[in-house]
Amino acid sequence: MTTMTKPEEDAVPAAPEAFLSVRDLYVRFSTEDGIVKAVDGLSFDLERGKTLGIVGESGSGKSVTNLTVLGLHNPRTTEVAGEIVLDGQELTGASNRTLERLRGDKMAMIFQDSLTALSPYYTVGRQIAEPYVKHRGVSKREGRARAIEMLEKVGIPQPKLRVDDYPHQFSGGMRQRAMIAMALVCNPDLLIADEPTTALDVTVQAQILDLLKDLQQEFGSAIILITHDLGVVSNVADDLLVMYAGKAVERGSVRELIHEPQHPYTWGLLGSMPRLMSDVTEPLTPIPGAPPSLLSPPPGCAFHPRCGFTDLVGGGRCSAERPVLPDGRGSACHLTDEQKRSVFIETIQPRLG
Amino acid sequence: MLRFLVRRTLGAVVILLFISAFTFFLFFAIPHDPALLSCGKNCTPDNLKIIHHNLGLDHPVPVQYYHYMVRIFTGHRFTAGNCPAPCFGYSFANSEPVWPTLMDRLPTTLSLAVGGMAVFLLIGLGTGMIAAWKRGTMIDKIFSSASLVLSSLQIYFVGPIVLALLVYNNHILDQPKYVPFTDNPVAWFNGLLIPWCVLSIIFTANYTRMARSTMIEQLQEEHVRTAAAKGMSSRYVFFRYAWRGSLIPIVTILGIDLGSLLGGAMITEWTFQLAGLGRLALDSVTKTDLPMLMGVMLFSAALIVLFNIIVDAAYAFIDPRVRLS
Repeated sequence: MTTMTKPEEDAVPAAPEAFLSVRDLYVRFSTEDGIVKAVDGLSFDLERGKTLGIVGESGSGKSVTNLTVLGLHNPRTTEVAGEIVLDGQELTGASNRTLERLRGDKMAMIFQDSLTALSPYYTVGRQIAEPYVKHRGVSKREGRARAIEMLEKVGIPQPKLRVDDYPHQFSGGMRQRAMIAMALVCNPDLLIADEPTTALDVTVQAQILDLLKDLQQEFGSAIILITHDLGVVSNVADDLLVMYAGKAVERGSVRELIHEPQHPYTWGLLGSMPRLMSDVTEPLTPIPGAPPSLLSPPPGCAFHPRCGFTDLVGGGRCSAERPVLPDGRGSACHLTDEQKRSVFIETIQPRLG
Repeated sequence: MLRFLVRRTLGAVVILLFISAFTFFLFFAIPHDPALLSCGKNCTPDNLKIIHHNLGLDHPVPVQYYHYMVRIFTGHRFTAGNCPAPCFGYSFANSEPVWPTLMDRLPTTLSLAVGGMAVFLLIGLGTGMIAAWKRGTMIDKIFSSASLVLSSLQIYFVGPIVLALLVYNNHILDQPKYVPFTDNPVAWFNGLLIPWCVLSIIFTANYTRMARSTMIEQLQEEHVRTAAAKGMSSRYVFFRYAWRGSLIPIVTILGIDLGSLLGGAMITEWTFQLAGLGRLALDSVTKTDLPMLMGVMLFSAALIVLFNIIVDAAYAFIDPRVRLS
């Protein structure tokens, strides 16, 4: 662990009381080309039983953040600074042994592609039972019984037969269910779902999201749902965090973010989302340009090269000064609250239809 | 599994037919008359003609090939001597049928090849895994650079040096020799220890590097990360998840390497003067004993094909996706 001096302008949210509290998290990878600032001063809280959606483009640092929470980053090439507190326990400096005990038991993760994320060499049942056998110290027979119970819970037909199948014998949706069963086998308090529905058919997506919601009600887990699809999170999450270039740019409840988004990047995300009701001739409005390189992110607001509203701020502030994300509801943008409201109502909302 | 074996056996028969035909016609491509060998000093054209007839050389080549193949199953009585089935021809240079000689030499070559394989799999995979486990450390660097150096040491270079250092000058180890395992297992082991090690040096070095790189590759796999995310210990993740996945490429390369292993065993036999199939092949070349050479080639090919079937069957045990499809 190395301590890094934290930039002045970063606001420090109130002392951690939440179940999961991430404070000023910095994650840096050293690569041959230089240092990648994958996560750059991120803070958020999550209560028990709540769902936080983290939204952003690929490479915005969503997945890295959550791998760091579980301690799955490569310690040799990764530098982590900041605080991750899970239920009063500090995780950033924790030993590998401590993390091993927490992983799969108190915190679990669902990965995006269930075909590559499940081992092809072992049966589904064995893979589900493994963490239960390890963390609960039960016999293999009890682990198998638990695996059957979990498969039934996530809606796999004939779980007694399917428990001995290999992952490639399952369909995509069933594999994702099996992965959820594996993540929930020890009733984790924190469940991180990294794009759990991206690789699935739309009809199966809805089923999987419903399943996650039901299981959350049953187990009372806190869920972090990582996605690039605002449509997915808006149905499931309570709060949203929009990430861009390793930083949080907007935070608020789902209602607030969908109905009065404040950050030009969030506007862009909403604009690039196809809507069922809109006219087919109505073109989508994608965000121009590409996400910035995290090797040398743009100075000031990282979004300014792609932002259409820098003129409203003026004085070159966007390219010089890094905007601050306030506590609670708010966005990291130099536009005034009045400007954000009027721009959204006058130019963005009509386009969204 | 049964269907797999039947299919592969049929495929093997076809391959062996091709190899036998190729070898047989190569036999006649050489500007050499086998009959001259049995004709003696005052060879008259009439004598030569009789010998040609006795050897069946007056038939067209395809007919001779047909006879050769049929005699494998039926046996044949040559004027020079009897050749019971399986008859792979009669060696006029040695005045004996080919098959018993092959069977006599086989245990030496098989002991050498299988023992050498055991040595390079154990040491090569072991050091490769240690290097992957400790990657980036001093141990990894030592193993990796040592394997680079060792992979360029040829058998016929290392063999005599080892003999000179360990046997002739310092008498640390016994002179390499072949004692049948059934006679005396300890003597069998002692006699073959040096040949095994010398034969496996290059293989060991290559398998160290391969095991290291496939393990490191496997450790980046998503399902290996999932296992870590479940809280399984790093040792468990390494040995259960990553190791299982890295077996597939290793077994694939092993299947390809079997041919060069047999070739290496033959060079080793020559280096240490062991009477195996390799020595037999070389002696047959110098004596232009073509029936014997043909037998050795066909038999070695059959061995390699057989080992490859075993390797392919091993896939099914390693990867359930192969087993079920």
